[in-house]
Amino acid sequence: MNLETLPLQVRDWIVGRFPDALQWLVHHLLSITAILTVFGLFFAFTTIAERKLLARLQNRLGPNRSGLPWFRSLKLWGLTQPFADAIKAITKEDVVPAAADKVLHFLAPVVIVAFSLLGFAVLPFGRHLIPVELDAAILYFFAAGTATELAIFMAGWGSRNKYSLLAAMRALAQLISYELPLILSVVPVVMIVGTLSTQEMVLAQGGWTWGVLPHWHVFTPWGFAGFLIFLVAALAESNRSPFDLPEAESEIIAGHLTEYSGFKYALFFMAEYFGLTALSGLGVTLFLGGWQAPCAFLEFIPSWLWFMGKLASMIVFFIWIRGTLLRLRIDQLTRLSWKFLVPLALLNLGNAAFWALTPGWTGPLALARWAVSAAIIIVPFFLLGRRLSAGYAPRTYRYAA
Amino acid sequence: MSLFPNMAVGPTVRAVHDEFHGDLLEVSMGPQHPSTHGVFRMVVTLDGEQIVKLKPVFGYLHRNHEKIAESTSYLGSMPYTDRLDYLCSMSTNWAYALAVEKLSGQAVPDRAQYLRIVMAELTRLVNHSCLVGFLFNDLGTSFTPLLYAFREREKILDLFESLSGSRMMCNYQRFGGCRVDPSPEWLAAAQALVDNFPRFLDEYETMLTGNEIMLARTQGVGRLDPAHAVNAGLTGPVLRACGVDYDLRKVDGYGFYPRFDFRVPLGAHGDTYDRYMMRILEMRESVKILQQAFRDLPAGPVMDPKAKLRGFRPKAGEAYGRLEGPKGELGFYLISDGSPNPWRYRVRPPSLINLTLLEEMCLGHTVADAVVILGSIDIVLGEVDR
Repeated sequence: MNLETLPLQVRDWIVGRFPDALQWLVHHLLSITAILTVFGLFFAFTTIAERKLLARLQNRLGPNRSGLPWFRSLKLWGLTQPFADAIKAITKEDVVPAAADKVLHFLAPVVIVAFSLLGFAVLPFGRHLIPVELDAAILYFFAAGTATELAIFMAGWGSRNKYSLLAAMRALAQLISYELPLILSVVPVVMIVGTLSTQEMVLAQGGWTWGVLPHWHVFTPWGFAGFLIFLVAALAESNRSPFDLPEAESEIIAGHLTEYSGFKYALFFMAEYFGLTALSGLGVTLFLGGWQAPCAFLEFIPSWLWFMGKLASMIVFFIWIRGTLLRLRIDQLTRLSWKFLVPLALLNLGNAAFWALTPGWTGPLALARWAVSAAIIIVPFFLLGRRLSAGYAPRTYRYAA
Repeated sequence: MSLFPNMAVGPTVRAVHDEFHGDLLEVSMGPQHPSTHGVFRMVVTLDGEQIVKLKPVFGYLHRNHEKIAESTSYLGSMPYTDRLDYLCSMSTNWAYALAVEKLSGQAVPDRAQYLRIVMAELTRLVNHSCLVGFLFNDLGTSFTPLLYAFREREKILDLFESLSGSRMMCNYQRFGGCRVDPSPEWLAAAQALVDNFPRFLDEYETMLTGNEIMLARTQGVGRLDPAHAVNAGLTGPVLRACGVDYDLRKVDGYGFYPRFDFRVPLGAHGDTYDRYMMRILEMRESVKILQQAFRDLPAGPVMDPKAKLRGFRPKAGEAYGRLEGPKGELGFYLISDGSPNPWRYRVRPPSLINLTLLEEMCLGHTVADAVVILGSIDIVLGEVDR
């Protein structure tokens, strides 16, 4: 039994039990079921991980009570909390405002979940595990991801609530501002690897120097810059703190979710995490070597475990950010994008072009290649950054005589 | 032309027309809103996200406090004063006691004077640490700074509980002294807490004061000019953030404050960041006051033995007692006609008066700024509405 190909063996075994004419259908249905189950469970445990981790960051304990019915003596550290939450969400009353646009109000949660799931289709979860091998996988991923913002606008508009409307406007402004740096941060990878296929991007990051230094894109100057821009833009795209303006609790109550309750609310919640997971998965694929092991001697661990591990650490990073940072204002949010991230991402394109043109610089020239490439991005980073925070500084205070 | 043409179905969205701005949106923030610190309501008119008009509405928590006090004995309304500013019952108690003592000419023993200062400054620590925590919540952190502030607050509330029997509704001060004398263990615990408090402040400031998002969100937001603030009668840290040197602990020198060595921090810009920093710096000064108080605390009774609590009838006259509460000038105005209950009882609530310039501070800023500005003013609705 080979762990690496275990999922494939299971799939082939199941598919083999169906008549030949139906096998293609079963094959695809199995992929869909696998994504729904794995990432459904991943979502459930992300929520509990988030609550526990945030609690620890805030010196609390977090949910630690829920166990299993009839097995009260079993200590589960509250791990069944997400299932209790799900039951609560399903059994709660679904309130639809009398003035709401009923069709839009109903459609929005459905649309957002559907579109946020689409991105998973092109993520390579392991060496042999990719649901759909698309040549234009990256394009497809972003097309599907952008549609979720449409659902947020539907929710905001259809609720007929002023807070929801403000949230919808904010979501659109955020989408327009951050879609650009997000895609621009990905383009260097496309330039270097020369393909839009996600699986080939992972393959391009294979290999190690001396068996320990992986050739991931994040370990190049342009890749590191691209990864950081990608992280910030991904935070904004998935409406996570410090860019959670559409559902800014302290300002506009729950934003586009204000008029949603029960299971519809849970669907939005789920979609938000699906979106975050998919974007993290893309980040792992593009910059963190996808399913590749970090060192040669660690290759015995199955590739899909490496992918899930990297994905989980990305999620933990996002949770950490949420427990730490303050929210930006909408004008600061757009300014950060247009005056900082977009110029940096454009410069990073040039940086990647330089990198692509100088593969022959080896030996002592390799050092120069690194220095030039790093300078291309670090100098503008500080110059733009200084302009961005100009006028803001800690102050000293005088005391009354 | 309205934003939603089909208005027959529901009144939720009402667009206001204005020939310069096109469609304006009127949003009623509160009384049910996560960031209005209770049941406060702001009716804001928005141009996009920018505030062009703001109308504060309050009174949702009106409890007829002043009228009830006029039909109760003087001592009887002492526990009610806890409920005014429910975060700072110790200093509210003291302000009321101060007014009654002024009315009746009641003397207060030295030990009680020191204990009052200890309680008032501990209360200031409670209030200011809560305030900065809530301010960060309004700024959009997911509760992390607030819970760190609450950790410190809990320790002080534990002290209050072991002394007075109640965490928030302390009912501790009396006319002519304090209700109970703290044990030496209590004083040692309080001193340990105070000695450790600067560590919390340092931690808090390292994590948050220099944060770039924090600076960008608060500097230049909700600016207030000193003349305007003085004209509106603003007091407390909100006024001092504008650079006006007015601290009743120095101006009036009530209690034993003249015996203490402390400084009054002053702001220069009058914006939200200055208001935040005033609280941080005042907490550091409070720690200094507390350490001096623990050092100099004299022995003796905590109640004037001649003080009369039951059947207390001050002679006819009037008095206004005020002190520097954590939120500003907290005053009680009493008129006695010689009967067991005050003929007139009036509170000067700093929360309400500081709130009057909310619109001036918010105009031109966004909704997101409005909640931050409101948070930086520091209101407690129990005191605003009474």
